[in-house]
Amino acid sequence: MRGGAAAPSPLGGEIRFVAKNMRLDLRLIAAMIPRGATVLDIGCGDGALLAHLTAAKGADARGIEIDMAEATRAVANGLAVIQGDADHDLAFYPDGAFDYVVLSRTLQAVERPREVLRQMLRIGRHAIVSFPNFGHWWLRWQLLAGGRMPMTPTWNRAWHDTPNIHPCTIRDFFDLCRLEGYAVEEWLAVDDRGLKAPWKRSPWLANLFGEQALFLLRRA
Amino acid sequence: MSAPIAPLPVVDHQRVVFADGLTLDCGQTIAPLVVAYRTYGTLNAAKSNAILICHALTGDQYVAELHPVTGKGGWWQTIIGPGKPLDTERYFLICANVLGGCMGSTGPRDEMTDSAGRGLGRPWGTDFPNVTIRDMVRAQHRLVTSLGIGRLLAVIGGSMGGMQVLEWAATFPQTVYAAAPIAAASYHSAQNIAFHEVGRAAIHSDPDWQGGRYWEEGRIPAKGLAVARMVAHITYLSEAALSRKFGRRLRGAAALTLLEDVFEVESYLRHQGSTFVRRFDANSYLTITRAMDYFDLAAEHDGDLAAAFRGTRTRFFVASFSTDWLFPTSESRALVRALNKAAANVSFVEITSDKGHDAFLLDEPDFHHALGGFLAGCADRLGI
Repeated sequence: MRGGAAAPSPLGGEIRFVAKNMRLDLRLIAAMIPRGATVLDIGCGDGALLAHLTAAKGADARGIEIDMAEATRAVANGLAVIQGDADHDLAFYPDGAFDYVVLSRTLQAVERPREVLRQMLRIGRHAIVSFPNFGHWWLRWQLLAGGRMPMTPTWNRAWHDTPNIHPCTIRDFFDLCRLEGYAVEEWLAVDDRGLKAPWKRSPWLANLFGEQALFLLRRA
Repeated sequence: MSAPIAPLPVVDHQRVVFADGLTLDCGQTIAPLVVAYRTYGTLNAAKSNAILICHALTGDQYVAELHPVTGKGGWWQTIIGPGKPLDTERYFLICANVLGGCMGSTGPRDEMTDSAGRGLGRPWGTDFPNVTIRDMVRAQHRLVTSLGIGRLLAVIGGSMGGMQVLEWAATFPQTVYAAAPIAAASYHSAQNIAFHEVGRAAIHSDPDWQGGRYWEEGRIPAKGLAVARMVAHITYLSEAALSRKFGRRLRGAAALTLLEDVFEVESYLRHQGSTFVRRFDANSYLTITRAMDYFDLAAEHDGDLAAAFRGTRTRFFVASFSTDWLFPTSESRALVRALNKAAANVSFVEITSDKGHDAFLLDEPDFHHALGGFLAGCADRLGI
């Protein structure tokens, strides 16, 4: 589930999200998607990315959201969103149904991340995945120095309360892509405000200093 | 014992007559075909703003006005009107009485006709042919075409109305820009058929039913029809709603009694039963419940529900209610998954409500926002 980006919308049909109100990492994702693409956004929240892709890029954009209140808000905004979840609903889509399948800040919260990625690249030609990097130096330092599970604005729930059951690091994710034979078409690490960070070509440095990672994949 | 209840009053319903009739799924042709309907709002010049509303088992075309028989408000008045989800200043709303019904469309109360359309001097009664949900939809299609409408902005309906919506989308995909099946399913479950059968058995066991020829005595099987309604009404509610409304409250009876209503919920159900028989025909009830029982959209497509929607360009809005045990969320979700398999454009929400199946008729703001937003989004895309 996403937070923050768009104000709750009362009854009404017009699309009222605009890019400048959109979460910054969503803007980076939107930049990866060409005009007129068919897109499935998994964990679409109230549909800020969908609305932007529809309005600004003429995309046929659809969404899945696990939280009923968010899904209802998205539908009330005229967006094609179903209440469902990545672990259970992707299997029902046909092969190659979408140009792009997006999973932003959700991979770490699904039951079976590896299977979800497989499904994404089965139903989509490309997959765009963003996740918070558990290898960031501040998390490492908290665990090393404090001996307790790290807490940051991103990882802000106690270990017994967190929905983030599968955290990983940028280097872990590269390993999984290799294991599964996915081609990394593009990747970048961003800071907590979603701005591109300078260690673009070094996974090792990105893994230490990047708060968020963003990957564009395709089947090899 | 109450006095016998007279048959339904004669009302002059707005209607259109198709002299050539309609050939049904069972192979029989009903001629002439009469479709009674009501409209609200104004059809625009492009004839692009029409929304067809499909009513449920015991509903009718009086969806947003005083009912000519009961004098009560329309059954979906809560969502119809200026500024409401079904905005009459933006959309042209049509609702037709279903084929087999008793509010003016051809049904068992009407004079039986032969295949050439000649009247036989007595009602159809139980000789009325078996109709299907698809037959109802074909009759509505005739009406829509006769109004000069080539494409409906949307077809919407709850419960059996939702079954018709699905049948519309599967049978006339080019005619349906958007489809909103609400509190519905792609087939009628064994449990639902079982409840219907209890209702039918109650009607059949009423001595006044007379093998379906009750009109000959000027009576109606009021007791059996009332029991059928009481059973069905329980399935429209939820345990939570019944507990909230009635709990175990007594009606003030001092002594234990078997003969009178003791609990408030009993008198409520009896009231539902006794008012129903004044507005509904028993043979229509038998005909329409059977049509619902037959409904299985996947079976019409070799067992593959997704095949019913393959290649569809219709936009779907599926909604269920959390305490609806007649058409549970699991059945809506199965429908959504079949639509996903067909690569259809789908929205789906489950509305949290303690009001059971009937929630789709009641004040449910989340449902109304979602439905209104969906329809407005569709209208925006068509420039309406």
